[in-house]
Amino acid sequence: MTALVELMLERRSLGPIGEKWARRTFAFGLACLALAVLGALLLDSWRARFFPAYLTAYAWVLSFTLGALFFVVLQHLVHAGWSVVVRRLGEFVAAQGLWLAVLALPLLLGLGELYHWTHAEEVAKDPVLLSKKPYLNLPFFFLRLVVYFAFWSWVGKAYLDASRAQDVSGDPEITLRLQKRSAPVMVAYALTVTFAAFDLLMSLNPHWYSTVFGVYYFSGGVVGFLALLISLSVLLQRSGFLRRTVTREHYHDLGKLLFAFVVFWAYIAFSQFMLIWYANIPEETSWIIRRTNGGFEIIGLILVLGHFLLPFLLLLSRGIKRAPGVLVYPALWLLLMHYLDLYWVVMPEFGGASPQLVDLLLMAALAGLFLAGVLRLASRTPLAPQKDPRLEESLAFENA
Amino acid sequence: MSHGDLRVVPSPQLWGLAAEFATVDAFLSAVEACRKAGYVHFDAHAPIPVHGLDEAMEIPSSRLPKLVLAAGVTGCLTGLALQWWTNAVDYPFRISGKPLFALPPAIPVAFELTVLFATIAAVVGLFVANRQPELYHPLFTLPAFARGSDDRFFVVVEARDPRFHREGTAQFLKGLGAEAVYPVEV
Repeated sequence: MTALVELMLERRSLGPIGEKWARRTFAFGLACLALAVLGALLLDSWRARFFPAYLTAYAWVLSFTLGALFFVVLQHLVHAGWSVVVRRLGEFVAAQGLWLAVLALPLLLGLGELYHWTHAEEVAKDPVLLSKKPYLNLPFFFLRLVVYFAFWSWVGKAYLDASRAQDVSGDPEITLRLQKRSAPVMVAYALTVTFAAFDLLMSLNPHWYSTVFGVYYFSGGVVGFLALLISLSVLLQRSGFLRRTVTREHYHDLGKLLFAFVVFWAYIAFSQFMLIWYANIPEETSWIIRRTNGGFEIIGLILVLGHFLLPFLLLLSRGIKRAPGVLVYPALWLLLMHYLDLYWVVMPEFGGASPQLVDLLLMAALAGLFLAGVLRLASRTPLAPQKDPRLEESLAFENA
Repeated sequence: MSHGDLRVVPSPQLWGLAAEFATVDAFLSAVEACRKAGYVHFDAHAPIPVHGLDEAMEIPSSRLPKLVLAAGVTGCLTGLALQWWTNAVDYPFRISGKPLFALPPAIPVAFELTVLFATIAAVVGLFVANRQPELYHPLFTLPAFARGSDDRFFVVVEARDPRFHREGTAQFLKGLGAEAVYPVEV
């Protein structure tokens, strides 16, 4: 019980500070968005760049929530005890589905610009697009997006609500129910993420296809989420929260997961590349050629070194994984690299390789707006589960 | 037995002292006391994982990771060299217009050999570092030690330790709260 008593003494809720931070990040995000819109109205170059840049930043923040959904559902699926103290932070990020649906609305204004297949007269001239029309058409596209967001919002909210209800009742039945539910949810999750990646990102080049693309987006998203979770956790602890709740043992495990998903991302990204390189079929290579020319080859090289090799070597070290003050730097770095990965996916379809101010503004805008949503939830809810049946196990957790 | 009368029965020799403890707390503090008393050839046996045991014994961190890393790097280089030498040097044969040697198709083999070398180094290294397989151990002669895999904790001080003293060490271990102290003979 001593561990529980310690937790009770801990600053476990953000409260008014969280509200203040949420207001600030929201204002910051909104200001960046306003600047980007203003620039787009005044300058043609910004105007042409606006929607691709928005989509890149949007796919970036969306992937955090998708990664978080995976993490939260996975903990229940495998009956994990160690992760209880960091699971709530994951639940906050996972519960952003509805807010992300709102943030997706500006993209509706740019559908024609972003997605070539939305133009009926172009599709009619193109036998490939004609054959894909039963799938790639606007009514079905909207229907799918509604289904994805409804599902993600429901899962995120359901898991957070159940976890919060347990804070009050301490009912172990809740844990059992979530565990039982997590297997079918995980299957549906895999399908929604795969098709969402096809719809939002792969269909930017509707001629090109890669069956592993959904896993590629997923793997980057989990890297992004784990990096975000480590960063958030370290920042909260530096601000005086969860100090005795989250220990280096938890960081060690989060670091191992981050390491694993860095390798998984590289494995998937490379598998996609190598098969295309080897088969050497024009309909597949066009996508790679566009991404290895015109400056994008430099970004690709930065990804190989910065999204894989450097974090791989750093995260190999047990010492780094167990030192939160050090681990936070690879984590923050990977947040940026994950953005660059999506930039490398989206931008070659639209413009030059060199990043522009409007890209950075929209990245900051969506990061701010997204974080505001997370902080708003966090300020109203304890930062760690209070009566989870495996809480003591998690508090006392040690890597053997 | 016809040779029975020829056999010389060796006089038993003291190998060490085994102290039996009933609780984790007494066990951990005994381990720490042994270390602080300056014993070096002592070991701890528990039927369950005991957190803090490594720290109490001051076991240095494993050297295995460095060996595994070195083996992994060797495996990676071996994989690359193997493909480069066989495909581009020893028997150059152009297939479907591909370069004789290129990095993309060479990576899977390099990756597999990295994993293979690293895992073999880890398993073999683990056996060597733990001096396995060790089919006999003097402690096996002690009937009471059977409970060391059930509900008792043992701290064992070997006779070869420079600070070992048959009476003194036994007294010391009893003073740490041992339920019993057994001589282990070979």
